[in-house]
Amino acid sequence: MSANLATVSYIGATILFILSLGGLSHPETSRRGNFYGMVGMAVAVIATVFGPRVGAEGYAWIVLALVVGGAVGLYAAKVVKMTEMPELVAMMHSFVGLAAALVGYASYIDPSMHFEGAEKVIHEVEIYVGILIGAVTFSGSLIAFGKLNGKIGGKPLLLPARHWLNLALLIIVIYFGREFINAPSVEAGMRPLIVMTVIALLFGIHMVMAIGGADMPVVVSMLNSYSGWAASATGFMLSNDLLIVTGALVGSSGAILSYIMCKAMNRQFISVIAGGFGTTAAKPAAGDAAQPEGEVTPVSAAETAELLREAKSVVIVPGYGMAVAQAQHTVNDIVQRLRAKGTNVRFAIHPVAGRMPGHMNVLLAEAKVPYDIVLEMDEINEDFPDTDVVMVIGANDIVNPAAEDDPNSPIAGMPVLQVWKAQTSIVMKRSMASGYAGVDNPLFYKENNRMLFGDAKKMLDEVLVGLEAA
Amino acid sequence: MPLIIGVPRETFAGETRVATVPEVVQKLIKQGYQIVVESGAGNLSNISDDEYRAAGAEVLGSAAEVWSKADIVFKLRGPDATEVGLLKTGGTLVSYIWPAQNPELMQQLAAKKATVLAMDSVPRISRAQKMDALSSQANIAGYRAVIEAANAFGRFFTGQITAAGKVPPAKVFVVGAGVAGLAAIGTAANLGAVVRANDTRKEVADQIISMGGEFVTVDYEEDGAGTGGYAKVMSEGFQKAQRDTYAQQAKEVDIIITTALIPGKPAPKLITADMVKSMKPGSVIVDLAAEQGGNCELTVPGEVTVQHGVTIIGYKDLPTRLAKTASTLYSTNLFRLSEDLIKTNSVEPAADTGAAAIHMNMEDEVVRGTVVIDQGNVTWPPPAPKLSAAPAAAPKAAPAPAAHGHGPSTTVSSPARVATMFIIAAILFGLIGYGAPTAFLGHLTVFVLGCFIGYMVVWNVTPALHTPLMSVTNAISSIIVIGALVQVAPPLADGITRPEMLIKVLAAVAIALTAINMFGGFAVTRRMLEMFRKN
Repeated sequence: MSANLATVSYIGATILFILSLGGLSHPETSRRGNFYGMVGMAVAVIATVFGPRVGAEGYAWIVLALVVGGAVGLYAAKVVKMTEMPELVAMMHSFVGLAAALVGYASYIDPSMHFEGAEKVIHEVEIYVGILIGAVTFSGSLIAFGKLNGKIGGKPLLLPARHWLNLALLIIVIYFGREFINAPSVEAGMRPLIVMTVIALLFGIHMVMAIGGADMPVVVSMLNSYSGWAASATGFMLSNDLLIVTGALVGSSGAILSYIMCKAMNRQFISVIAGGFGTTAAKPAAGDAAQPEGEVTPVSAAETAELLREAKSVVIVPGYGMAVAQAQHTVNDIVQRLRAKGTNVRFAIHPVAGRMPGHMNVLLAEAKVPYDIVLEMDEINEDFPDTDVVMVIGANDIVNPAAEDDPNSPIAGMPVLQVWKAQTSIVMKRSMASGYAGVDNPLFYKENNRMLFGDAKKMLDEVLVGLEAA
Repeated sequence: MPLIIGVPRETFAGETRVATVPEVVQKLIKQGYQIVVESGAGNLSNISDDEYRAAGAEVLGSAAEVWSKADIVFKLRGPDATEVGLLKTGGTLVSYIWPAQNPELMQQLAAKKATVLAMDSVPRISRAQKMDALSSQANIAGYRAVIEAANAFGRFFTGQITAAGKVPPAKVFVVGAGVAGLAAIGTAANLGAVVRANDTRKEVADQIISMGGEFVTVDYEEDGAGTGGYAKVMSEGFQKAQRDTYAQQAKEVDIIITTALIPGKPAPKLITADMVKSMKPGSVIVDLAAEQGGNCELTVPGEVTVQHGVTIIGYKDLPTRLAKTASTLYSTNLFRLSEDLIKTNSVEPAADTGAAAIHMNMEDEVVRGTVVIDQGNVTWPPPAPKLSAAPAAAPKAAPAPAAHGHGPSTTVSSPARVATMFIIAAILFGLIGYGAPTAFLGHLTVFVLGCFIGYMVVWNVTPALHTPLMSVTNAISSIIVIGALVQVAPPLADGITRPEMLIKVLAAVAIALTAINMFGGFAVTRRMLEMFRKN
């Protein structure tokens, strides 16, 4: 295959990737979008392998690596539970980061690419930056994976003077960058490169460790973005436009998702990165916030079933608690039963519900809930006054009225689902513990609110039994 | 001098109706019109010339006399070439025209400087309902369809338990719940049949139930309400689900009455030959859409055929089979129209022809829609109707503040901020342009454009698909594999040696890692997207 043919194939692949992302604008076209992505990837790989840059003696290596990696990937895709999607995504981000770093090293020690003057400097800066981003993505994603998995605690780990620490790390990285570029030989350049990599890995760990569980959607999208920038940097390093464009697509996609998530929490991107909710900065403010007063009204599963049976219009607000309890299938059974008797049942999804953007939608889709009754916050918020019963399953901060009523609340200004405007709201929770934001929720004390304490799955099973009994 | 309304005999073969009945003649005279009727105009509707005379009309011997004397001609069917020739220059004609289907007729009438009010173009808004002849005639067609079906059907409609045994009720399925469909539902339900009905427009479900029918839902979420209370063409997915539903109904019911029409399009073929075959012998299909080609594939327009043991009635003229009622209702529509015209318009002699012409008040929505030619000027089609019978889809359309998902935030930054940003960008670009080599700049161009494309495309992604978006971008970012591929075994220039094994291992590990992403990412995205389903 000639160089020109390979380039043309790259253009085709680029277009297919753009179409692939474009297809995701609607569930109906999304499957085709994914297919475009696969075709684009196949075109790019085939064009490269049979292109002028790969000699025949490399085929065995390539096939072996692809088969091994592909088998692992397909197996993981097959067995992963939908509740574990954020973990899988985080894990995959780390692979991209690691791959970018490895490619950077290989590129540096490879004498077949040789430059002079300004080009050499630029090429080395590209390698340096590429490995930096790759390493940060790798270690950051691993920590995110651990946090999502529960292997590492969700509480933010806050080292003393961490902002200064980060700044110091950055200065060291820049210093070694100078050393690296001025290094006379590959061997001499290796030392600063390795030091920088270690620092980058530490930086990635430190960055994600400092972020609280509720901010995970932002982190996951941010790492998504990084993995794209890592691909882009590799593209610069290898003078490959396909890599640059594709990396830019992925990078901006992740950046936009991070922006949307931040917006949904009324937070600045910088402050999410700098530290979690309910930490040093937020604490004094929390003291001023009005403490909710009054009694909570507990309710039994049987009574909940009764309320649902009587209701004409029901809205269900799922949160991370539903995912943890794996309750989505039971939820769907309840929904089917209610819909069969003519109740208008809908779902209200807050943008940051769950551990990654769109997490709840995927879980509900898995449970076979039709996506047209699953609505976004903006679509459903004004319908709450006409709703008879709202069921909040394992969510807390996203239904907290303090965000609207109490300017002193740490989450003041965050857009929330106005479930308290419904005739009755039922909150399913394990206990009275506060949410990730560490903020008390006045909703629980409202007169029209009922609390259904217990494990979401177990309680919902009982509710379902109650509904079937009637 | 009072305006003269002429009512000629309908000349179209098989047309039994007449545009104005004696009761309406009386009312028109009270309004100040003078009426001339062609002799024998009402014969086929069982109305004699004497009845017209008794009502105060003048009966004239020939069509030519009526046409030449009348300032306004009331008719049912659109005029044929002879009748257009008879029309006074500058005269006014009120009848069915179907301007979309009859462009030549429109030209001929325009050449006559005529003013033409098309009864088929009366806007379908509440205020104009009393003059909506399509509705009044469709109502009759719906009623008659059930009567025709009952005639051809070998059983009772109602279930009975008699000394001689039990008779099950007939099951009737009505397709399309417009005026005709609702009339058919009501009539069949009154006869005692079990009636089910389906329509693509969801808002009619209540109407179907109120007429005594049962609404059959198609298992697919899409609303078929178009503008002006009509149905629109549905998506492929919906049509498939609809066919399944209809096939199921065809197996169960005894009688199918189809009334599905989409304005300006041939009737949709909803009942396939296979569905007909699956019906019980002795079943009946009445196809009210026969004139537009029929909703049933086997319909022979204008005829009654028996195919696969099923009687298929494709009469195009159901209202004319109820001539008296049809004439009465049509002429009442005309009367209401003339009433409205008097209220909203002034009569004055047209400047060029001298004929007494009604000055049409084109500001009025009803008049604007109905008048298809105004003193020789073609005014059809009118601007699109503003209101639909469908409940306004306001909640969806309400301009929500652009916060999450859909579309970039549209807040406009202050000019000072924009200016600062531009200056910083300009300095930055200047520095890059000063220091960087050409090859790098080429890549930078690609990079910046790539970011912008990504920005534009990703804003369109629906929030529900954010997780699949992440996993697919993840899979796509495994494009980094290319970086590793080109390092495995590149063509080497002479004299260069490289640490072959180390690079190969590094590259192979990178390939394996990205392959996990590539295959895993696409596969898991696929798995997720398969799960997203509609109602």
